[in-house]
Amino acid sequence: MTASPQALYRCPESLNDVSTHFCPGCGHGLVHRLIGEVVDELQIRERTIGVAPVGCSVLSYFYFNFDVTEAAHGRTPSVATGIKRVLPDRIVFSYQGDGDLAAIGMAETVHTANRGENITVVFVNNSVYGMTGGQMAPTTLVHQRTATTPNGRELSDGMGPPIRMCELISTLDLPWHVERVALDGPTGVRKTRSALLTAFRGQMEGRGYSFVEILSPCPIYQRLSPTEAFAFVGSKMTSAFPVRVFRREGRSVHA
Amino acid sequence: MMAARLLMTGNDAIGEAAVRAGCDAYYGYPITPQNELTAYMARRMVEVGRVFIQAESEISAVNMVFGTAAAGKRAMTSSSSPGISLKQEGISYLAGAELPAVIVNVQRGGPGLGNISPAQGDYFQAVKGGGHGDYHMIVLAPDSVQEMHDLTIQAFDLADRYRCPTMILTDGRLGQMMEPLVLSETKVSAHAKPWALTGAAGRPPNCIRSLLLADGELEAHNIKLQAKYRDIANAEIRWEERWTDDCEVLMVAYGTSARIAKGAIETARINGAKVGLLRPVTLWPFPSARLAQLAAKVKSILVVEMSSGQMLEDVRLAVEGRVPVSFEGRMGGGVPTEHDVLLRLRELRAEPAIAAS
Repeated sequence: MTASPQALYRCPESLNDVSTHFCPGCGHGLVHRLIGEVVDELQIRERTIGVAPVGCSVLSYFYFNFDVTEAAHGRTPSVATGIKRVLPDRIVFSYQGDGDLAAIGMAETVHTANRGENITVVFVNNSVYGMTGGQMAPTTLVHQRTATTPNGRELSDGMGPPIRMCELISTLDLPWHVERVALDGPTGVRKTRSALLTAFRGQMEGRGYSFVEILSPCPIYQRLSPTEAFAFVGSKMTSAFPVRVFRREGRSVHA
Repeated sequence: MMAARLLMTGNDAIGEAAVRAGCDAYYGYPITPQNELTAYMARRMVEVGRVFIQAESEISAVNMVFGTAAAGKRAMTSSSSPGISLKQEGISYLAGAELPAVIVNVQRGGPGLGNISPAQGDYFQAVKGGGHGDYHMIVLAPDSVQEMHDLTIQAFDLADRYRCPTMILTDGRLGQMMEPLVLSETKVSAHAKPWALTGAAGRPPNCIRSLLLADGELEAHNIKLQAKYRDIANAEIRWEERWTDDCEVLMVAYGTSARIAKGAIETARINGAKVGLLRPVTLWPFPSARLAQLAAKVKSILVVEMSSGQMLEDVRLAVEGRVPVSFEGRMGGGVPTEHDVLLRLRELRAEPAIAAS
């Protein structure tokens, strides 16, 4: 008698089984899938509420099989705060790109972290604006060419160097978990899943604010092939943005 | 037993109304002349076990309101003119996503940083949209501390009923002055919110959005919004009339200006001048139809505002040239006096159209 077949890999219940609009090789699909897996694993789909940003991932409500709201550009953590404070037993996360989180939404990002809101911030850093056509982001690397840094982002241009958000958030007292991971290959994907699991679980336990920065490929606007984009994330991006845990269980972790 | 009368500032009266209307969360940011309200909420909301946050900006505060409204709970924010400008993006999103919320504007002088004196220069911003896109808020304009209280309670009900951001448009004088009032015992009934984000337990996921990209989807949404605004205009126009039975000159004024108009009319009546008042309580929707009726039987209309003449435009649209419409106003925190208004009334009565009667 043969054992009944067991599925080893399937679409998470927390994801809708639909095609996404993301470009080939984009990291957003991976991040969506990992969030879906984590929400399934923690069995919180029916009490999870997502906040989608303005940017490439605004349509995430078509892909997640749980409640999602849009937020105005950069106001994502404020909207998440407004939900979490009146529904404290729900699991609330914001999903934000680099423009949303580190440019227009910097004030909201810092103050939400400083209040130690019991929410999870998922920060997808792909070093460039995607939706609007590949402009310079706050996290664009030095020398990186974008639509608005056609000759590369140079310090001499007066645009400043890339902002390191985990480092900045870690100067605050209340964040409970702050971690940077990179979608640079299978190991990076597993570490990303693990970081998301820690963050969501912490929120379930009422530990407070968690911030997961995910270095992510954007082949189109990083101007690379999908394979090259993964290599770019694993080399140039991780050089500028060190991959590590910055805050664990409320305590600073030093490099 | 008669209900107890208390002495309160207008700002505090709004705060207590919000608490009594079941406001679940208040989000504020300091700006004069509405600071008493934020301070009142800091104490009272905590006392009753609800949410109070002093946000990092007016922008953040209105987006916290968005989150709480999306979660199906009642939320309020307050500010004064420059801060209300910052909230406009959020208000447009609330309108687009059809989320109920109460926004209080205790107006001050402008433009720019202006000053901290009472003004009515934000009328256009409040009733014509303010933010981007085709939308309206319901705009309520109290003229006493009692009405600051009562209209705030109604604002929560209207916001929920129509899924529409609702504004209390007042000014620094009404916000900071004290008057006796009776606290409302009116309960704002719960409205079913099957659209709210509460977690997709036992139902398909809900989604709150204003991004509608599919062909024709956004136009259809706008048509639906306009139909809702027509429903509101059909059911919710409110105004007060005084001395309109026999008036030859009709004054139109709201808020603080209406109080000044009332004082001037009392004096004018003693002197035998037949002057009346129409005071819009809802600035949007505007009592245009009633104003048109009155315009058909008076000889002249005088609009009094603490602005360059903003509501004046809506009055002229309603009157459609039936009678002359004059204006008495001051700007930049200036407040017309009863004496100013009486002089203007005397000039008007000396004009041929009226003197002939």
